[in-house]
Amino acid sequence: MAEKYYHPLEFMLDRCNGRMKCMRVCPTEALRVKQGKVRLIEELCIDCGACAEACPSKAIVPLTDPFTRSSKYKYRVALASPVLYSQFGLDIDPKVVVQGLKEIGFDYVVDVSRACEEISAAIDIFLEEYDGPGPLISSFCPSVVRLVQVRYPGLTELLMPVNAPREIAAREAKERLSEELGVGMGEIEIIYLTPCPAKIVAIKQPAEKGRSWIDGAISIADVYAPLFNAVSNLADDEIDASIAEEFTFGAGWSMLGEMTRLLGSERGIAVSGLSDVTRVLDDIESGRLRGIDFVEASACLGGCIGGSLTVDNMYVARSSVLSMMRKHGQGSVVDRNEVVGKYREGYYFLERKLAPRPLPPLDKDISAAIRKKKEKDAIYARLPQIDCGCCGAPTCRAFAEDIVRGRSKLEDCIHL
Amino acid sequence: MSDEVLFFQEFSITGGDFSSAGSVSTEIKSILKEIGFHPSVIRRAAIACYEAEMNVTMYAERGVVRLSATPAAIRIQFEDEGQGIADIELAMQEGYSTATPEMREIGFGAGMGLPNIKKNSDEFEITSEVGRGTKLDIVIKA
Ligand SMILES: Nc1ncnc2c1ncn2[C@@H]1O[C@H](COP(=O)(O)OP(=O)(O)O)[C@@H](O)[C@H]1O
Ligand code: SF4
Ligand SMILES: [Mg+2]
Repeated sequence: MAEKYYHPLEFMLDRCNGRMKCMRVCPTEALRVKQGKVRLIEELCIDCGACAEACPSKAIVPLTDPFTRSSKYKYRVALASPVLYSQFGLDIDPKVVVQGLKEIGFDYVVDVSRACEEISAAIDIFLEEYDGPGPLISSFCPSVVRLVQVRYPGLTELLMPVNAPREIAAREAKERLSEELGVGMGEIEIIYLTPCPAKIVAIKQPAEKGRSWIDGAISIADVYAPLFNAVSNLADDEIDASIAEEFTFGAGWSMLGEMTRLLGSERGIAVSGLSDVTRVLDDIESGRLRGIDFVEASACLGGCIGGSLTVDNMYVARSSVLSMMRKHGQGSVVDRNEVVGKYREGYYFLERKLAPRPLPPLDKDISAAIRKKKEKDAIYARLPQIDCGCCGAPTCRAFAEDIVRGRSKLEDCIHL
Repeated sequence: MSDEVLFFQEFSITGGDFSSAGSVSTEIKSILKEIGFHPSVIRRAAIACYEAEMNVTMYAERGVVRLSATPAAIRIQFEDEGQGIADIELAMQEGYSTATPEMREIGFGAGMGLPNIKKNSDEFEITSEVGRGTKLDIVIKA
């Protein structure tokens, strides 16, 4: 039971002023403030990073990798996505961003939008052949995957067992470069430029307990300043001509709805933001999403361009992606037959099955759990039900639960 | 079964209120999760409960829902005041529905509700009186 979950956030308690902003935004009510300091209930956290974004004291720090290079590897490869390109407005072309990454110390740059198209094709085949219960739920957003595992364990079987584009892109890059360069894969470091802390966990502790092809993650926010400097100083004739040939600059899945759009005829819906995702998961659980084959879900509003480690306003980034699509076209770059072949070999599938990770019930013994549930409801009835937060819990209901779980005492309520 | 390990809660449903339709089944589901019933048991209860709640919303004036849970089983009773069902055997048939075109427009009226409730319960009992209302009593074993 006592499985240790890795979370990509460091809580710097010396900086914490106990202002409870994080506690109020946490979508799974995983945070408490005790003796003026924040505390995380590990098993409730789904790594969305909303708390880090909300903290005015910067006390919650996403554990991304530092920009400095490690001597362990010979080559450093950046895994870039349209989310990154979308951060630079209309005047800086994605090609320039790629060149900029090379200037600031990446030996190679690999784009994930191609893998997005490949995986869309693979998911098409999967949906076509699937005849189990529906609708299937996308699994590229690690926070959504964890939300399902934790809060909707019964729906875990609906998560698509298909790997995320970033993993496929990393694998392809590692295999190709190790052959081209004649070095072992261990000498190539793949760094994902991440829009969110959730993807860091997906790299360090994949939800299906497989392994990741990615070696580290640097936050887009951290890479932004040096990269912006580099691209500002670049002249047009300094852009490597090969970049234009190698890259497609498709939209990838950077914004909400792109995954759905790239798919074939199946009927899908796209939903973003954890509160809406929760609502849709509730609907699925009640069997009320009839006629829908799959659900594209991202924890961040608007898709990954809304990630907490991005820099630009999500709506502006969205407009940048759209104009990038107009400029660079949306032509297909993957060979369908090749995808079919690799699909049959199992290339696109997760290494292992995603398993539920249900929250601990009020008690392991159901009789005791029922007793505690009644006790909790009785305590809640006595509380003022104003969710003031002074007890250190986000809501009166969460506080009542903390009491029956032995995490708090009734005296902590200042109104009683 | 002693009272101590019996969880009981009552809810109400307002007929025609489509904006909050489904909220009772969402609440029941979260109670069952807290107590820690198996995910598959919860899933069955959620589906059955949602369908029954929608039927009250669509075809009745008002209704009450009584949830009782023990370690061994979950019992959910729906009792409504409304038009009632004249021919239960017919209503139980897959695809049979008296839903209005408006209801169909918003995705209801596939005629699969009652059959699905039955499929997901271990015990199922429905009685009805035309012009008065309908009673549905289901048990899902844990
Ligand atoms: N609570 C109820 N009160 C009155 N009529 C009902 C009730 N529940 C079901 N019915 C009748 O039984 C029919 C079949 O119900 P159901 O199987 O749920 O399908 P649907 O709701 O899609 O019509 C309904 O169309 C309605 O005529
Ligand atoms: S939507 Fe994208 S950016 Fe946001 S948590 Fe999920 S994967 Fe990360
Ligand atoms: Mg019905």
